[in-house]
Formats: sequence, structure tokens, C-alpha cells
Amino acid sequence: MSAISDEERTDGSSGPERLPERLPEGHRDAAGARAAGDGGPPVGLGPLGWLRWAWRQLTSMRTALFLLMLLAVAAVPGSVVPQRGIDPVVVTEYVQQHPDLAPWLERLGLFDVYASPWFSAIYLLLFVSLVGCVLPRSRQHLRALRTPPPRTPARLERLPEHQRFEVDADPDAVLAAARTVLAGRRYRLAAHPGSLAAQRGELRETGNLVFHLSLVGVLVAVALGGLYGYRGQVLLPEGRAFANSLAAYDSFDPGTWASPEDLPPFRFSLESLRVEFEREAAGNQFGAARDFEATLDVVDAPGATPRTEQLKVNEPLRVGGAAVYLAGNGYAPVITVRDADGEVAFSGQVPSLPQDANYASRTVVKVTDAAPEQLGLVGTLLPTAVVDPDLGPISVFPDADDPRLFFTVWAGDLGLDGGEAQNVYELDTEDMTQLTSDDGEPFRAALAPGDSIELPGGRGTVTFDRLERYAGITIRHDPARGAALVFSLLAIAGLTASLFVPRRRLWVRAVAAGPAVGAVVGAPGGSRAPRTLVEVAALARSEDPGLAQETDAVVAALRAALGQPGSHDGPQDDEAPGSAP
Amino acid sequence: MSVDTALAETSNNLVYSAMAVYAIGLAAYAVDLAGLGDAARDRARERARSQRATVGASVGVAGATSGAAPRTASSGLASSGPSAARAEAAHGERRAARIAVAMTWLALLLHAGAVVARGVSASRVPWGNMYEFTLTGSGVVTAVFAITLLRRDLRYLGAFVIGPVLLSLGLAVAVLYTESAQLVPALQSYWLVIHVSIAFVSSALFTIAFSSTVLQLVQERREQARTAGRPPRGGRFMDALPPSEELERASYRLIAVSFPLWSFTLVAGAIWAEVAWGRYWNWDPKEVWTFVIWVVYAAYLHARATGGWGGRRAAWVSVAGFVCLLVNFGVVNVFFPGNHSYAGIG
Repeated sequence: MSAISDEERTDGSSGPERLPERLPEGHRDAAGARAAGDGGPPVGLGPLGWLRWAWRQLTSMRTALFLLMLLAVAAVPGSVVPQRGIDPVVVTEYVQQHPDLAPWLERLGLFDVYASPWFSAIYLLLFVSLVGCVLPRSRQHLRALRTPPPRTPARLERLPEHQRFEVDADPDAVLAAARTVLAGRRYRLAAHPGSLAAQRGELRETGNLVFHLSLVGVLVAVALGGLYGYRGQVLLPEGRAFANSLAAYDSFDPGTWASPEDLPPFRFSLESLRVEFEREAAGNQFGAARDFEATLDVVDAPGATPRTEQLKVNEPLRVGGAAVYLAGNGYAPVITVRDADGEVAFSGQVPSLPQDANYASRTVVKVTDAAPEQLGLVGTLLPTAVVDPDLGPISVFPDADDPRLFFTVWAGDLGLDGGEAQNVYELDTEDMTQLTSDDGEPFRAALAPGDSIELPGGRGTVTFDRLERYAGITIRHDPARGAALVFSLLAIAGLTASLFVPRRRLWVRAVAAGPAVGAVVGAPGGSRAPRTLVEVAALARSEDPGLAQETDAVVAALRAALGQPGSHDGPQDDEAPGSAP
Repeated sequence: MSVDTALAETSNNLVYSAMAVYAIGLAAYAVDLAGLGDAARDRARERARSQRATVGASVGVAGATSGAAPRTASSGLASSGPSAARAEAAHGERRAARIAVAMTWLALLLHAGAVVARGVSASRVPWGNMYEFTLTGSGVVTAVFAITLLRRDLRYLGAFVIGPVLLSLGLAVAVLYTESAQLVPALQSYWLVIHVSIAFVSSALFTIAFSSTVLQLVQERREQARTAGRPPRGGRFMDALPPSEELERASYRLIAVSFPLWSFTLVAGAIWAEVAWGRYWNWDPKEVWTFVIWVVYAAYLHARATGGWGGRRAAWVSVAGFVCLLVNFGVVNVFFPGNHSYAGIG
């Protein structure tokens, strides 16, 4: 990407002013492409020549522009097609729903656009182009910073801003005053015989370069964060503790160079989880989430004193270089299963994943210790249950106003002995049979908290003891996020400077006026200071709506410095425009 | 905390009042433009007549004119269209335009009242769902335009700014309306104030820049037709507007102000995302589109500085940027599920 450049013009030191051309300053574009016959490849060049030509093409503004637009277009599909990086579950569902389309999307990398080779190729080329353009420009800019302002043009009246007036002071005094005035306005100066050349606004190009280089910094920070960071998730029911180690996570996603074996040794337990949903507002706001607050007991390192912390959405907990987030919440019914022998085969919280906005949640219990056969419960927890004549049992409010647990039961082999990993939220019923009631229909149960039910065939009882909650907790470590932030802010600062700092050249010429002029205009009776004709002219080297104002201000300051704040007697060439919007 | 339903009701009534006043303002801007068009045509006729009379004299002026040319070129937005100013002189005082501006301020007052009442009714910032975002966002567009009017005579843009504002309000009331209520936990953050308010101002500037860009493209087409010897038919009011070059600079200035603000929106959003979700960048659909908009306007700024791309092609890039802005608001919120899905509709 080439840096946006100002509309550079000829020096103003000779020849009539041209209208600003929209040609980037110091740009490969102009020089390179033109020399090569307007973009065509050069003829009869060796491999080195071709390489140089390719490099010029890559670092040209045109290519940068093309890559930018390509990047914009390439980013779009990732917002339409579900992305594995955001939610792999949605992708799996999508693949099942679109069996014809999905393999093609897969082949094109469309389920993982932002990590796909083609997307990477575009932004990497863009950044190579950027660096290839910005580095030479930085060198050029450093040189320009040391170059004095150019010589005073012979005919100042040809410049876009020009004022002429006379003062009672000798030329040297005028130039000395001009020097003070312009230095005060942060111009760089160069003295010439009888005139002063001034230039300002180098900050514009500095900002431009800082902006582009900061973008490289952001990219590097993002990459480092991805490589050295990690992100893990855990469902923590009320009353349970979590110790930060790989084994304790439900899912863990380390960067390539992260070291998951030595995570910071903090631990915390979930004391309680408070939730609040909208009960007053009507319409689609009814039942919307209003507040989630988890109370944690945190131990920063083994042996440290525990402290109590409130964890809320938007208020993460920073501990041990990692950040802990309250990412979600749900219900964990406490269920006890007794088997045919009356032994407690299972008792505990069963985190149930919410399936809709009213927290109808999927509950799965795998009872491995039941005798004579293993048991599996599959059902739905409804926090505020209503039996709809058409839809059957549904939940009509997310809070636990009238909870019911609906489930069916399977008996047989849970398939857990093979050692294969299994989804805890799915029951593999391949080697199981569904329990049926006396009428031959599948056995169905509906329990309120405190209720128990006998399973058919004397297989035991199931008790829904009470309803508790769990917190979905995300733990994230990104060592480079500070760097990413600093570079982002630097980029904005640079960008602002590159758009709004005006680049200007200004010249002051002082010539002793003829004695005749002095005799006519000079103050009668006073001491005779020599008369001097002063010319002030200015040239904008960028979008600059304030140039005329600046010239006026310099003239006024100069006259004030000379003790002669008179009316303007120089030609005023246009109505004075205002400042920038 | 409960919601003050009476105040929410007041807010709704203020919205309807504002819409009525906007409608009057819009009509006044339209009448003004029509008048300007007539004036411009009269002026052109006048000029043609006087030119015939002063062919000899104009030769002497030519040198001075060429010297002043770059100055005019660099004044841009500053001169509100000298043509418009001259039209004013030729056509009296532009009474319709003055009525239009008065209506703009009155409507802004009502509109601001509606926004404040809506916010106070739920004791929070009034941009928690799409209805409120549209209500507040369109108010910011009017405010930015009205404030710009204090410094520059952009009244010729009035119909092209107030029109979309009125349209957005209609859409908000008819389609997006949502009961006033508290926020979901994800939005309960001071970053909602920072991130979204900057996004408002930036979007407002992009919107006004878009209006000016469309006028620029139309004007350019008319200029080309005229050069080719085919005087454009219809749309006579366009004659009253500044030449395309000047409109181009106006668009550029607005986008130049807006682009850093949009960058800030992007960064502030990333900071907030880090605080809320643990990832400052997750390629959520809303993030994707915010990024796409940023890239397209970056392309616009580059296009403008690229040799051979000129104003017209760059203008189309900025039009594409605005289309992305509309997609980001109208399509992404509603149809693409993601972390930003709290439009509150449907």
C-alpha cells in the first residue's frame, strides 16, 4: 500500500504555477509505470529487470488500491457463511443442512475465511506493498527534513497567495521581524539575500508514515497474540471450584507457541450466580437479559489469601496475566439416580445447555454405575414451563419461576468403555433401548424440584432435587493486546496529522522602496525611517483551505512586530475563505 | 430500575412532531432549489448577453484570472458555492431557504427532545436497539448539518440531507419501533457511550458526504453533456449548485474528517470487545463490515491520490463505502447472527 501523498507541485521557484496534479509525491507509480510505458512490462530485460519491474508494480499506488478493494470484497463472505473460528457448532449444523454446497465452501476455505490462504495472500501482499512503499518514502522524508526551504521565486505575485505593502523600517529589520514571526509559527527558515523562505507541515508526511508503519505494528501484534496467547472455556456450576490447569478446561485453544503446561496457578470457585430478566417491558423486550453477576472466591496463587470478586459481563477479572470473563450462564439441575438395588448410582449438578431465549435447556445424564444396566437420561429443562396445546411443553420465561424437567430414559451400554471421547451433551443410543411404560409407549417423566419418579421395570428412581445455575467462563491470555492498542492509537494519531496538518511554503521579500515613495507616504514631521516594500507570498502543498487566512495572519503579525498595524494596502485577491471544516 | 412509560410516550410524540416539521423543511429546501435553478438560468442568460458586450475587455483580465485559479481550487468547501451566493444576489433573499433552515433548527430541537426523553425514560443512553440507534443517528445527521450551516452556506444540500433523515425516522417508527426498556448486560458499559457516539458522528458525516458525492456525479455528467454540446434537460436546480469540482472537494473534506473518527470507532469497538467478550477482534459480522467500510474509504482516499483516477472514479468508491455503511446497519443487524445481534426487532 502506498502512503497517501499530497498533491505535490513544482517548486514555485520558476515558471508559472500549474494546477495541482493528483500525482503522488515520490511515488513509484508516476516514475515507474510511466518509464515502463504506462504499466506495460519492460522489453528485453534480464531476470533482475523483471524482478525490479514486478517489485515496482507491487509497490505502486494502483496495486495498493486494487489490493485494498480486493481485501474489502474478500472479507465479506466471512460475514455470510458461518465461521469455524467464531462458532464451530453452527458450522457443523450448516454442513448438515447444506450437504451439496458445504463441500465446495469447504474446498474454498469459506468456513475459515480469515485464516484461508487466499485471504492471507491478499493482506500479506498488501502489507508487502505498504512496506515497499513506505520505507523508501521514510528515507526520502528524512532527507527532506534536513533540506532547507527552497529559494525565493523571482515573481512572488504569481503564487496563489500574495500581499504587498509598505512599512517604515529598513529591509533588514523587516526580515528580522519576519524571522521571529515565522519561527513562532513553527516554520523552518532559510535566509536568502533580501528575502526569507519558510516551510512548515512536515508533520503531515511524518503522520502519514507513522500511520502506515503503525498498521504493520498492529498486524504483528495481532499475529503475536495469536501465537503466544491462549483461550479456554469452562462451565462452572455453583459451589464448584476451578484451578487454572489444562485438565480443568472443557475446551482449550492455545496459540502455536503458547505453553499450556505452565499456566498461572490461580484458582477460583463460583459461590453464587445472580440473574435478572426483564419482567416489565412488553413485546420483544419481555424476558430479555438484564443482569448477570457471579460471585467468585479467587486465590491468586497457592497459599495466597482468598478474595471475593464480582464477575459481570463487561467487567472481566484480571488475574495472573490472564483475563476471566463471564461468557454465559445456564441451569444445572441437581439430579439423583438410584438403580434397581436402591444404590445411588448418580447424584450431582447437570449443566444443561440453553436451546432458546427462554432457556429451554438440554439435559443429558449418563449413569455409568447403574445396575444391572447403564442408564441414560435425555430431556429438557424448562425454567418456566407451560404445556402449549400445539408445541407441547415449552418455556415462556428465562428465569426459574416454575421449573420442570421432562425426560425419557435409555438402558444398555453408554459406549464409554472404549475410551473414545464423547460429547457429554449427547447420548449415544446405538447400544441402548428406550424404556417403555406398560402401554408400550416410551416412558416419559415430568418432574418439579423435589419430585421423584420410579422407573418402569423396577430399574430404580430418578429425583430432581433442586435447580442450581452454572456460569460459562472464558479465560483468555493475549500478551500482545497492549501493543495492538498502542499501535492502533498511534495509527489514528498519524492518520489525523496526515489529513489535517497543512503543508505550506511562505516567502517574505523586503526591498528598499525608492525615496520618492517614502517622501509621499512618509509621516510628516516625524523621524524618517527608510521605506520598505514588503511582499508576502504563500503556496499550499496539500489540501489547504486556510492558506489565505494564514497569509493574512502572517502579514498582521509582521506589521504588529514592526509597530505598524495598518490597514491592508496590498491587493486582496479573493474573498477570504474560512478555516477547514 | 423501571421505565418511565409516560416519558417514553412523550418521546414518541416528539418524534411525530419532528417529522412534521422536517416535512415542511424539506418542502422549503425543494422550493428554494427550484428558485435557485431559475435564478441560475437567468444569470447564465445575463452572462451570455454581457459577454458579447465585453469581449475586448476580458482579454486584459485573463492574466489575473489564471493567477487566481489555484486559489479558488484550494478554497473548496469554504466558498459555499459562489454561484449560490450570486444566485442569491440575483434572486432576492432566498426566503424559502431561510424558512427551511428555521424549520431544520426547530425539527432538530424536537428531535433532540425525543432522543433525550427516550434516554431519560430508561435512565440510559438512547441507542440500545435499532429503533433508538436510528432515532439518535438521524438526529446527529441533522445536528452535524445544522452546525455546518452556521459556518458554511450548504443550504443547497438541505433537501439531500433532510430527505434521508425524514426517511430514516419513518422507517424507525414504522418498522423498527421497540418499547423503551433497560439494556442487556452486554451493552451495559461506558464503551456504549464512547464507541457508538463516535460512530454516530462519523456515519452522519459519511451520509452528508454521500449526498454531496451524488450531486457531484450528477453535476459532472451535466458538465460533460454541456461540453459535448448537449445541454442537459431537466433538473434545472442543479445549475444553482457549485461545479462538480467544488462538490468533490466538499465530499473529500467531510470524508477526511469522518475517516479518523471511523478508525476510532473501530478501535474503541475493539477495546470494548476485549472487555466484553475477551477478544478484541473476532471477525463477528459487524466487525467484518465495520472493517470493510474502513477499507473502502481508505481505498477512496488512495484513489483520490492515484494518478489517472480523478474525482469521478474515486467518487464511486466512496459511494460503495456508503452502501457498505447501509448494509452494516440495515442488513447485518437483522440477518447475520453474531455478537452484535441485539437489534431488538423481529
